[in-house]
Amino acid sequence: MTLRNRELVNLLMVGLLTAAGFAAVYIARQEVVSAGSLSYAAFFLALFVAAHVVVRVALPDADPFLLPLVGLLTAVGLTMIYRIDPDLALRQGLWVVVGLVAFAGLVLVVRDYRTLDRYKYVLGLTAIFLLALPAVPALGRTINGANLWVGVGGIVFQPGEFAKVLLVVFLAGYLRDNRELLSLGSGRFALPSPKHFGPLLVIWGGAMLVLFQTNDLGGGLLYFSIFLAMLWVATARWPYVAVGLGLFAIGAYALYHVTPHVRDRISIWLDCSWVFSSDCPVYKEGYQLAQSIYAISGGGFFGQGLGRGVLVTPEGNTYIPYLETDFIFAGIAQELGLAGAAGVILLYLVFCYRGFRIAMLANDGFSKLLAVGLTAALGIQAFIIMGGVSGLIPLTGITLPFVSYGGSSIVANFLIIGLLLMISNHVNRDTA
Amino acid sequence: MNPQIRRLFFVLAGLFVALVAMTTYWLWKAPDLEARQGNPTLIVRQLTIERGLIYASDGKTVFARNRKVRKKSLGRTWFVRRYPRGELVAHPVGYSTIERARAGLEESLNDYLTGSNANLDTILNNTIDKLKGLTRRGNDVVTTIDARAQRTAMSALAGKCGAAVALDPQTGKVLVWASQPSYDPNLVEGRFNQIQRITAPCRPAAPLLDRVSQGLFIPGSTFKVVTAAAALDSGAVTQSTTFVDRGYCIEYGKRVLNYADQSGPEVFGTVSFSQALEHSINAVFCEVGKRIGARSIIDKAKDFGFYEEPPVELPSQEIAPSGLYRNGRLYDPRDPNAVDPGRFAFGQERLQVTPLQMALVAAGVANGGEIMKPSLVDRIVAPNGKVIQRTKPDVWKEAMKPRTAAELTAMMTAVVESGTATSAQIPGVQVAGKTGTAETGRQGQNDTWFIAFAPAQGARIAVAVALSNQSGTGGGTAAPIAKAIIEALLGRNA
Repeated sequence: MTLRNRELVNLLMVGLLTAAGFAAVYIARQEVVSAGSLSYAAFFLALFVAAHVVVRVALPDADPFLLPLVGLLTAVGLTMIYRIDPDLALRQGLWVVVGLVAFAGLVLVVRDYRTLDRYKYVLGLTAIFLLALPAVPALGRTINGANLWVGVGGIVFQPGEFAKVLLVVFLAGYLRDNRELLSLGSGRFALPSPKHFGPLLVIWGGAMLVLFQTNDLGGGLLYFSIFLAMLWVATARWPYVAVGLGLFAIGAYALYHVTPHVRDRISIWLDCSWVFSSDCPVYKEGYQLAQSIYAISGGGFFGQGLGRGVLVTPEGNTYIPYLETDFIFAGIAQELGLAGAAGVILLYLVFCYRGFRIAMLANDGFSKLLAVGLTAALGIQAFIIMGGVSGLIPLTGITLPFVSYGGSSIVANFLIIGLLLMISNHVNRDTA
Repeated sequence: MNPQIRRLFFVLAGLFVALVAMTTYWLWKAPDLEARQGNPTLIVRQLTIERGLIYASDGKTVFARNRKVRKKSLGRTWFVRRYPRGELVAHPVGYSTIERARAGLEESLNDYLTGSNANLDTILNNTIDKLKGLTRRGNDVVTTIDARAQRTAMSALAGKCGAAVALDPQTGKVLVWASQPSYDPNLVEGRFNQIQRITAPCRPAAPLLDRVSQGLFIPGSTFKVVTAAAALDSGAVTQSTTFVDRGYCIEYGKRVLNYADQSGPEVFGTVSFSQALEHSINAVFCEVGKRIGARSIIDKAKDFGFYEEPPVELPSQEIAPSGLYRNGRLYDPRDPNAVDPGRFAFGQERLQVTPLQMALVAAGVANGGEIMKPSLVDRIVAPNGKVIQRTKPDVWKEAMKPRTAAELTAMMTAVVESGTATSAQIPGVQVAGKTGTAETGRQGQNDTWFIAFAPAQGARIAVAVALSNQSGTGGGTAAPIAKAIIEALLGRNA
């Protein structure tokens, strides 16, 4: 079987699963959802088959598992959102359309991703510009205590999601150029000269600035982790990681003492997670995390069933605020149980495996670093939010890639998939 | 770079494994978390179950039923509890709500009412219902409460603070369980402030307090039945032992005067033990108490079930044990000298008892000394009509010798025939009883009592009535209510 046929078969299986998911929600919530909405599954499958056709034409040798994996993650998210609010699912569906159009545009227009290397400084500056956008008074929007959004007219979007992609492209180019210099240094624990060490400090400062400005640990943690991961892959020098983590800890510690918002997050995490002590303010600041943990623990091994979990109040609100975005993992655990939650985690793991495999097969440094960075970005982001929602680490509000509701996130992540498929196509054609 | 990429993958894989472990950890903690504050899981799950109905003893009168709520946003049917009889049986039946959890039988029988009991039939039915996609149905509960007599008791108590309880001495079945002030359980959800505004001639009005099993009253002279049982059982005193009543009893060098509860002259002179009970002469019981000692009275009280929660099917927090209390706590003195035996013998000292306990005292006398286990539940019926549990009569306490019970029956019959409780006489039925008027230390705020059983031989009804904040005597205030309840239970209209 050719790679593309294998991809198509996988996608058809994803389509079947999606249909089953939507049917389950429909059966459980007939009074709320209309029979017409069952066609969402067909619509969804058609979208991914269209994406498949684009790949078949433009990237015939690309990895056959990435698109079905992303399709399944998107389907899980769409089904959960549909179960929470069918209207929201329709909008998410439209965002998937926009995301796939952006994906097709990237694949068909850019053709050779290596040309991006030439624009790395432009892209890096654009990333910083995007990150700074929410700070512009007329544009910035504060939602749930974090200034991550930009509003133009009626459209609100999160520039940070796109900045993430651009930063990875910049870092791939920059580190490829400087990895020899950065790897220098005499002795085991010696650091290179400040000239080469400088960019690390600059990036650390940038991440901290983002942290302060967005008032949220999540973004800063994500950008900094991506940076460290790529730096380490490029140089193989663990002192970078140690120093980097130390600097991040210092920054986070300072933030803990300066920002009440961050302090609250940490103290809630200490009170509510692991031991779930009676100090946990279940009706106040800890409400969100407590409800999330309740939902996860109530799911059991196989869940309450799609549409049958305790997620929506009689008034139609969700028990967990922001269930459809940041907390969607808790909803999955409640309705699909440990099996479903572990399944989603496994999908991310397989995704990381495929992504890193592309990186390992690649011949040039730029492709390697780009594939590693993009894959790690998604994997780390998934871990940060799932860990936060389940109480493993302090809660920081970022989206669960492909699953959470949110236009910026969906579109940006489809761009990542586009890039990974392009690298894969290039790599496989070279080796074939 | 490939070795680093491989290691990076293992780092991420490790983090994902930690995530799965964390999720599993919450699953393991689920039983603990389910009951936590603000966890909607359990409550919502209960709301989707069609709870069993609660019936009166006739199996027809409905005390608790369900109202279906179909809201579009819910996407499924929820069941909200309704109580068609309002405040009539609020205390024994209780309530089941979203906001304030549950009380009464709704709480203690929740497993049966929601069909989550471990009965094989129930499990089978639930499985079949689940496979069919049907709503889970709970088991129905048929109580032992006689709706008609309950109505009589509640209206007789209306406007007062007190309780009345009647049970069958031979089976322990509770026939009447009335506590006033009461409340409408339909208001608990959403309009709880209306319940908080209820007023009554006692402060706090505490309408949620079940005065039958939780209300602590001073027993006064009704406790003389227990003292008499101790004295007769020990052989220290017989029915015909004579005493000289001087109108007072000397304790610790001080005079303890007789109280207004006794009928007839203030000083009776020479009387038999039987006459002392008939006229409720404190001085005589004071002497008896001194003679047999506080220890033997406490021991006898324990034979009657004092110092224990009567094993009725209500939540433990709604049942208070009877006995001596000190600083709001049950007090079982190691040193009997710490208790004044004279005042203890006629039910003062620091005695606090529930009407349920005193009804069980009367029931013990009526049933030849054996107190049957009190029960509010007659049977539990599966949705398919099959009886899955039926309460069988069971002996709870051997309170006294049968001979003592027979003697006490004769003595208590005399109380109604010619003593302090003539107001409880019913034509054609021999009633045995004992009044009580307990001083609380404040004028016009006595606890008044009447405990009785009828018919005197082969009794099928034992009753206790207790009222607080009364200015009259037990014979004048409580006995007529007990009489009305007995008549209602015997099928006569008061």
